[in-house]
Amino acid sequence: MTRLPVKPGERLPVKPGERLPAQPGERLARDRVVGFTFDGRSVQGYEGDTVASALYASGQRTFSRSFKYHRRRGLLCCAGQCPNCIVAVDGAPGARACTEPIREGMRVEHLNASPTLEFDAMRAVDVVGSSLTPPGFYYKTFIRPRKLWPVYEKVLRHAAGLGRVARRHTDRAWRTEYRRRHADVLVVGGGVSGLRAAASAAELGADVVLVDEGPQPGGAAAQDGRHLTAGPLEEQAIAAGVEILTGATALGYFDGIVPVWQGRTLHQVRAQQHVFATGTIEQPLVFSGNDMPGVMLSGCARRLAALYAVKPGHRAVVATTSDRGLEAAMSLHEIGVEVAAVADLRQQSGVAAETLRKLGIEVLPGHAVVEAQGRKAVQKATLAPVDARAPSSERAFDCDLVVISGGFVPCTSLLCQAGAKTRYDPERGHFVLGELPAHVHAAGEVAGAEDAESSGKLAGLEAAHLIGMGDLSSRQEADELRARMAELAERLASVLAPPAVCGERSGKCFVCHCEDVTAKDIRQSIAEGYDSIELCKRYTTITMGPCQGRMCELQAVRLMAQEIGRNLSDVGTTTARPPATPVPMGVLAGPPFEPAKRSAIHGRHRELRANVMWAGDWRRPYDYGDPEGEVMAVHRAAGLIDVSTLGKLLVRGPDAGEFLDRLYPNRLSNLKPGRIRYGVINTDAGRIVDDGTICRLDEETFYVTTTSSGAGAVEEWFSWWLTDWDLRVYMTDVTQGLAAVNLAGPRVREIMAEVTDLDCSNEAFAYLDGKRALVAGVGCLILRIGFVGELGYEIHCPAAHGEHLWDALLEAGAPFGIRPFGLEPQRVLRLQKMHILVGQDTDSESTPFAAAMPWIVKLDKEEDFIGRWALERYSSDTPATTLVGFTLADGQAPTEGAVVLDGAHAPIGQVTSSRFSPVLGRVIGMAWVPAGLASDGERVTIADQDRTLRAEVRTKPFYDPEGEVLRS
Amino acid sequence: MSFVLRCPNCGPREVTDFGFGGEVIRRPRFRPSFRELNSYNYFRVNVAGVQREWWFHRSGCRAWFIAERDTTTNEVLFTARPHEVGAEGNRDQ
Repeated sequence: MTRLPVKPGERLPVKPGERLPAQPGERLARDRVVGFTFDGRSVQGYEGDTVASALYASGQRTFSRSFKYHRRRGLLCCAGQCPNCIVAVDGAPGARACTEPIREGMRVEHLNASPTLEFDAMRAVDVVGSSLTPPGFYYKTFIRPRKLWPVYEKVLRHAAGLGRVARRHTDRAWRTEYRRRHADVLVVGGGVSGLRAAASAAELGADVVLVDEGPQPGGAAAQDGRHLTAGPLEEQAIAAGVEILTGATALGYFDGIVPVWQGRTLHQVRAQQHVFATGTIEQPLVFSGNDMPGVMLSGCARRLAALYAVKPGHRAVVATTSDRGLEAAMSLHEIGVEVAAVADLRQQSGVAAETLRKLGIEVLPGHAVVEAQGRKAVQKATLAPVDARAPSSERAFDCDLVVISGGFVPCTSLLCQAGAKTRYDPERGHFVLGELPAHVHAAGEVAGAEDAESSGKLAGLEAAHLIGMGDLSSRQEADELRARMAELAERLASVLAPPAVCGERSGKCFVCHCEDVTAKDIRQSIAEGYDSIELCKRYTTITMGPCQGRMCELQAVRLMAQEIGRNLSDVGTTTARPPATPVPMGVLAGPPFEPAKRSAIHGRHRELRANVMWAGDWRRPYDYGDPEGEVMAVHRAAGLIDVSTLGKLLVRGPDAGEFLDRLYPNRLSNLKPGRIRYGVINTDAGRIVDDGTICRLDEETFYVTTTSSGAGAVEEWFSWWLTDWDLRVYMTDVTQGLAAVNLAGPRVREIMAEVTDLDCSNEAFAYLDGKRALVAGVGCLILRIGFVGELGYEIHCPAAHGEHLWDALLEAGAPFGIRPFGLEPQRVLRLQKMHILVGQDTDSESTPFAAAMPWIVKLDKEEDFIGRWALERYSSDTPATTLVGFTLADGQAPTEGAVVLDGAHAPIGQVTSSRFSPVLGRVIGMAWVPAGLASDGERVTIADQDRTLRAEVRTKPFYDPEGEVLRS
Repeated sequence: MSFVLRCPNCGPREVTDFGFGGEVIRRPRFRPSFRELNSYNYFRVNVAGVQREWWFHRSGCRAWFIAERDTTTNEVLFTARPHEVGAEGNRDQ
């Protein structure tokens, strides 16, 4: 932040608005001026100001235009609760001006008004008449004629919503870091009770995190003259070791995790005990013109004055249902606002009213505000007795400020998400907390407690006790506090529930500011049959706007109860759902982590300009630019592919052979050291899990390879059974530790002669032999297997030497025409040999019999093995469908997944793999077909999108069907 | 779904660290009938309440262990290495 230091006595270069003299407890740093722009106009404020306070000080009264009618809206709550001051900051919509601190150079813009905030064309919706936009208008007004719907839709879509998200990605890029925080106790809300709860739990030894939305803790104490209480409490909490997160919003409660959004960090706080000290939300009153700029909640007026030294108006009318309004009138009077009149809904006002009267302020008992009028902002307020039979009649007062206080509702949304229930308390006129789950505590005003400190202390002690902390004396203290709280709860503050609608005159009477829902709209929705609160919510969208019901839910429930003649408990409330506070999607999306695995040789692929693709978690070369040429190099000369991604397990121990015998359907304990066998792993249901080769290195050691994507699952599978069986077997996953390449082609023997002394003749190193030898000076394990159908050696070496081995083989092979090849050429080569790709050619229902590999199952094995019982059954059944090969006489390869049809064009199977084979000069593939068609020469039809292809079934490998090439 | 499991080797960790192995079932000791085989392969008790189940510490020590968890509340009653819970934990008895 750029700061403009101002020396004492120097004239300020700019004027940060009209301000009161220094207020005790104000948040301003008056020696630092911060400049920003609002709709292009430059505005100054002090450090510590919010966008709203700086704008208000500069004379701004309209902060936004309403959702539907585009009416002017000014500050209502100044606490981040209502929708009235939502603006875009630096292009990002959705910021609340009243909680957004100002920064030097920030760009603030209004939302939902065009062309300007002062002159909004869409205002016509309000002026012309709202008959076009009754509740559910998008189902009614804009439906006929049907043909015009596309036009309507365009218009409505344009009109809907509040802000615009930046079009360019870079303008809306957002990066949030996640942080996991495990704690003993989480306290939400840093008011007096929250601070006290945190400190007392921490003092008993608990690890406590406290989160507060504001720039500094203090809560309501900061604005109502108790600012001196909060500071020492905060210090006490810090001294006790509490981690305090400020500017941090708790978004919800998810199975014990509370996500806390703090700037660019999303803390995921998991605590054993939760203390919610979330306070209350002041409620507006419902009367004509109640949405006009200048009509504000008492807390808003007090915060403007106490925290930001802004005079909220010159002449005020106050309307209240409790002492809060009277206290507000008093503090307005103290800062020099003329209080024209105070309408107190109660017939009996307390001591506070007498004090006001002594100051010459008129207090009207049993009165309510029935209408506010004005052009751009409020100019006149009308007060009237609530009882129509009352002798005094209504009176109008000129004013530029109407301060309202319609009572308070506890901020229970997080508590309800955590499992708390609420019930209607007719004495208090709102919903209060009922029973709480064992790990949830409520402290302070949200719990209806008048004595914030005692209530907080009790909650903190109880939370610590429940996790086994504290001692006899702390338990005694908790008992005393509990008794005191119970005693206090008997005494009720004098609050009177206001009528659902205080006054309905000519102007609109808003229940919901976010979505522009009027009292009339609610009545109409009830008349149309939407007479439950949940239905009314969905129909009128009340409580569904940015305030999430904070400002309107109670009003809506009250109005509905009155209209349908039931009590508020019966009407109930809408369900509290996360997020409890609006949050940008980017915060939740988090950092775009896409973990990628790369082989030890990956750098070489990049140098060779490989086209790299995702293969599961791996980044692998798709090809090196010429897939067909790469295939032909393997057939004609030599090819080299990086197969480091294969899963590699070392299975060791006296019982290793028996262990593998139990896991594979073929026998491995009789494998001779230095020999290799192919194996398919099955479940006990006889379904294929994975495949790979097993090489016996010595009497007690087997080297097992798995598919690349199945590596993790096979290791888990092996270790699961190993956990269960009492066998002397030790398993080590060496997948990451070893690199592997496959060298294949007719000339590879000559290449091997260049890099190793090992005798690679067919006699000395036969097909399916595994040998250890130095290759290019590196100790390697060499497996002679038929991976791609040509003579080939799969060479495994320590990962650190992978690149060296790769380089040495390419260099030695250069004179013979070696080429590196990627996954795509490998698919073609494998397909030519009908080597199945588990997961591509098989699915979770495929058995080895259906996948045309009956030879892999050795039912003559005496011992039990996984899948035996199921496979015994399948061995005698004819499978419904079988995996076969097919070729096309001509034409392009069908899409994988294309449908196989019978003569009557009914689907009978599907294509799982298909490629053009350059060496065979035609399309080959594999498909599942009915067992009756699984013999060479059968004809099938393949329907691929718009094409119909005639294919011929093959059951033997397309290339080198007898395996002569492999074995030579 | 979100809760904390105590890995017998590593200590308490978020559930996202683990792989779920399903409820503990017994693999038939002898050749099962077709019906027994199918119920072993395809049927689970799916209890609404406390069940004994397999967990795998995937992002940790990569060991399998047994947990007892209330499926209605996700409260984990205890976790243990399989041999610590004795024969009941095993599938293959």
